[in-house]
Amino acid sequence: MASLQDIKRRIKSITNIGKVTRAMQMVAASKMRRAQEQAIASRPYAAKSWEILTHLVEQAGDVSQLHPLLMQPEKVEKVAILLITSDKGLAGGYNGNTIRKTTAFMQDSNHQEASLITVGRKGRDFMVRYGRNVVAEFSEIPARPSTLDIAPISHIVIDGFLSGEYDEVYIAYTDFVNTLVQEPTLRLLLPIQPGQVDSKVMEKYLAKDEKPLSSGSVYTYEPDDPTKLLDTILPRLTELQIYQAYLESRASEESARMIAMRNATESANELVGDLTLTYNRVRQESITSEMLDIAGGAEALAQAS
Amino acid sequence: MVSKIRLEILTIEGKLFDEEIDMVVAPGIEGVFGVLPNHAPLLTTLNYGELQVKRSGQPDEFFAIGGGFIEVRPDHVVVMADSAERADEIDVSRAEESRLRAQSSLEKRGETIEFEKAQDSLKRSALRVKIAKRRGRRSRG
Repeated sequence: MASLQDIKRRIKSITNIGKVTRAMQMVAASKMRRAQEQAIASRPYAAKSWEILTHLVEQAGDVSQLHPLLMQPEKVEKVAILLITSDKGLAGGYNGNTIRKTTAFMQDSNHQEASLITVGRKGRDFMVRYGRNVVAEFSEIPARPSTLDIAPISHIVIDGFLSGEYDEVYIAYTDFVNTLVQEPTLRLLLPIQPGQVDSKVMEKYLAKDEKPLSSGSVYTYEPDDPTKLLDTILPRLTELQIYQAYLESRASEESARMIAMRNATESANELVGDLTLTYNRVRQESITSEMLDIAGGAEALAQAS
Repeated sequence: MVSKIRLEILTIEGKLFDEEIDMVVAPGIEGVFGVLPNHAPLLTTLNYGELQVKRSGQPDEFFAIGGGFIEVRPDHVVVMADSAERADEIDVSRAEESRLRAQSSLEKRGETIEFEKAQDSLKRSALRVKIAKRRGRRSRG
């Protein structure tokens, strides 16, 4: 049986842990809100660029010949995966889920040798530990990233694809559904498939009431060749997707952390309750036994006299 | 008869401007051009430069645009900028500082990525300094 003193000390330390986890829960909640707001803020831009892209593709006809970023590879041999995880832990299963999804994909699709570009320390550490082929890593991206922070990442991805170093580039991140549900997601990033504009991924970002660019209206293009505009639009679209995936992951990370910390706080409170009960019982027992001692002593004295 | 155009300035980071205006002057890739209401539909890329917004009864507004593209419809103009800043939100001394920083890192010439990044940042900050200074002169004059 632990002594009274020991139990008291444990109660105190667990109360403190509870306070810390509660504070972390609050911080995570506010960070989550911010990341969500930021993800929503890029929606109008996303919607518009898809719209213009679809319009240009409609005008041009055969898609895959238009631009290198749209070109479907004949044979997929070399694959790169952009893995987005967090720098910090204490976020429940957040990092584990995304990493598991990625390794499962590598196994199933026989891309064991896939090049990995990691964002966040957790993913990098895992992949390096298991001897995977990590070609680039990014960490300590600010909590409120600007596109400038994302630019080097998209640069590597796009250059790698254009130079033929990779036949396909995938992106693995965590899709933020709501505070309780985050979905590890892995999907194709390059080549861009304009046919999939209404895929689940972009659906979230496309405003329903937006009038589509009517294919009937005649546009003047500058430069004259509308496909030249793709040079501007496609790299931006790629960057945008990476940016949004990062923000989604960010929101997921913080909400996973918030839930993890809330659970920790609850467990701490429960533990404190249990320990307080034990503490009182032990205290009561020691009082009872002292009482018995005194009573026994008094009895013995009375008999002796 | 449309006498105003709706101008939207969007960046990846959010919507910067969404109002009815009289005229907009934009830095197109093939030269600066003005857009009045009922302009023919146009789709073009933008250069680094200054975007001017004219509204009757109000002083002109300026934005520093760091490339992107623009879609013009008769009653609606959408600017999709890689970066955009309102002229009066640019801090001249900070812009100048970042211009010098970009210049010095250009002189060092690191890796290619770093180099391009610095070049980009130099263009951007030089533009900001220019626009912010001009606005300053106007308000004094």
